[in-house]
Amino acid sequence: MSTETPTTPAPAVDPRLLVRKEGLAGYFDEFTRKIRSGELGSLPVVVGLVIIAAIFQFKTGTFLNANNLTNITKWIAGPGLIAVGVVFVLLLGEIDLSLGSVAGATAAITSVLSVRQGLNEWLAIVLAIASAIAIGALHGYFFAKIGVPAFVVTLAGMLAWNGLQMLVLGELGTVNNPMDGVVANLDTYFLGDGDIVWAWLFAILAIVLFAGGQLLDSRRRSAAGLPSRPISEIALRTGVIGVVLLVAAYMLNQDSGLPLPLVILVSVVALGDFVLRRTGYGRQIFAVGGGIEAARRAGINVAWVRISVYMISAGLAGFGGLFIASQQGSADKALGSGNVLMSAIAAAVIGGTSLFGGRGKTWSALLGALVIQSITTGLDMVHAQQAIQYMITGAVLLAAVVLDSVSRRTQKSHGRG
Amino acid sequence: MTGAPVLALRGVSKRFGAVQALTDVHLEVHAGEVVALVGDNGAGKSTLVKTIAGVHPIDEGVIEWEGKAVNINRPQDAQQLGVATVYQDLALCDNLDVVGNLFLGRELKRFGTLDEVAMEKRARELLDTLSIRIPSVRIPIAGLSGGQRQVVAIARALVGDPKIVILDEPTAALGVEQTAQVLDLVERLRQRGLGVILISHNMADVKAVADTVAVLRLGRNNGSFEVASTSHEEIISAITGATDNAVTRRQARIAEEAK
Repeated sequence: MSTETPTTPAPAVDPRLLVRKEGLAGYFDEFTRKIRSGELGSLPVVVGLVIIAAIFQFKTGTFLNANNLTNITKWIAGPGLIAVGVVFVLLLGEIDLSLGSVAGATAAITSVLSVRQGLNEWLAIVLAIASAIAIGALHGYFFAKIGVPAFVVTLAGMLAWNGLQMLVLGELGTVNNPMDGVVANLDTYFLGDGDIVWAWLFAILAIVLFAGGQLLDSRRRSAAGLPSRPISEIALRTGVIGVVLLVAAYMLNQDSGLPLPLVILVSVVALGDFVLRRTGYGRQIFAVGGGIEAARRAGINVAWVRISVYMISAGLAGFGGLFIASQQGSADKALGSGNVLMSAIAAAVIGGTSLFGGRGKTWSALLGALVIQSITTGLDMVHAQQAIQYMITGAVLLAAVVLDSVSRRTQKSHGRG
Repeated sequence: MTGAPVLALRGVSKRFGAVQALTDVHLEVHAGEVVALVGDNGAGKSTLVKTIAGVHPIDEGVIEWEGKAVNINRPQDAQQLGVATVYQDLALCDNLDVVGNLFLGRELKRFGTLDEVAMEKRARELLDTLSIRIPSVRIPIAGLSGGQRQVVAIARALVGDPKIVILDEPTAALGVEQTAQVLDLVERLRQRGLGVILISHNMADVKAVADTVAVLRLGRNNGSFEVASTSHEEIISAITGATDNAVTRRQARIAEEAK
């Protein structure tokens, strides 16, 4: 019997440990280290947005006008909501190709129920989104329980739900949104009918919540004896975010105030972010995306996580479909076809969510949707042909995917793949 | 070892179709004891461990936990008793950080949301008591070396306060220094009063940390040795069956005849 007691060496500082300097210098050190090792985060997309805005402002002279910026923030709601769903699916390392068709079918069901069947519009919306969620559950069931690759299930769904959309709309086809109805107002309503108070209120509320959250977190961490963000860093972060929000509020107020679609998109993005980062369910999604076997052994119900994520993506796609219908004034057979799906996937990837699963944020849907909409709007303003628009959007998507692949490789070579 | 064993297998048999994987196997693990489970490939080590971990329910025999017969039919049964298993393929999530992996499936909550502060604090305490050094508890697992991943996987097994830890070839893929770190860790588990079942093909490791060696051969017990009083060769011959072959039988017969 071995009786020797191993002497435990005092934990000396390992030379490989990541030691961060105090204060702002440490913050910048960490920042440059992250960039070098390929953790690019939102940096490329922010740089891209600035370049796009600069080019179009130079070309047109009116791109940065309050009116144009307001329109962009209104138009990103539909694609942005679909892109939030795409982020959830991409986190699992899967894909959902049916989202465009689901968006179209949801819009069709809503308008046919409310206009042709005379149902209360709110009830019609609830029923339509419930059917979208049921569609997602069906996709998830075939993928998670039967074991059909998600790519194939949702490809079948893309065709089938487009068929459903046409069937529901019937011979007559297009259904116009009822005047001043719920769907019609989604795109056109401004909070307080354009009262400037709302934009300022939301901007200041967001800044206070952000700074308060960071300070509370920092205080709890230092009380628990853990490394915490120094006050200077919190101030810097709050300052940057505060300037962006206040400028945004000012610009929106120059035009018509705070648009409802923007409020809804940002709320959904923030809620999604909270679910992903702060709840056990969100942790389960990341775990399934990062290692199915590990997730299973940790007692996570992998099948349920997968099914529920497809329900979320389809539900959000349906919600986004209503905004697209609101924007174009009607639900028709073409809604959700064309490049709606590709734009949503592109938005999620451009924003920094990895196609390879396990890495991403819902905020990337917002940033990516902004990039795509800025390009589309800018090209419209310089009267570029649709053909050119498609090619440029395709090139941007490719660039984003290349960036994702390269940063993944850099992370691998820096031991952070 | 004094006192009743924490875990005792008495006459355990397991059959897969026509294959008798385990036949009448006995094994005892006491608190604060490291039992090395050795044997050639196909000797039944993995099957035995899986019966304890609840992956394969036993066909015959009794598993006793702290003196009482228990049924282990599912992995959850084993976990509830206090058996933690670290499999060879560590099963960590590459994209989650160390804290996230340690608490995966049993996250600490506060107002229904993840309590990152409490989890990080407990993770640091746990890693400190085990003298585990890793660059940061907030680094994704993908950024750790093989040895670091191994110690994280072992630490993960300890989050649920188990009484028995099963390690399946923890040093198989590790270099010299990492192996030493894992062996240190095994000794620290013993100091904390845990029973450890260590599967290994490496006799040097077995001699270094184990108190008892249980040898399996073709699904049966083939001897149990006190490490301190047993030579390397004796263990090897029990593993390979060198004590029972034509040569040894002939030598025994000649010795008998010579008398």
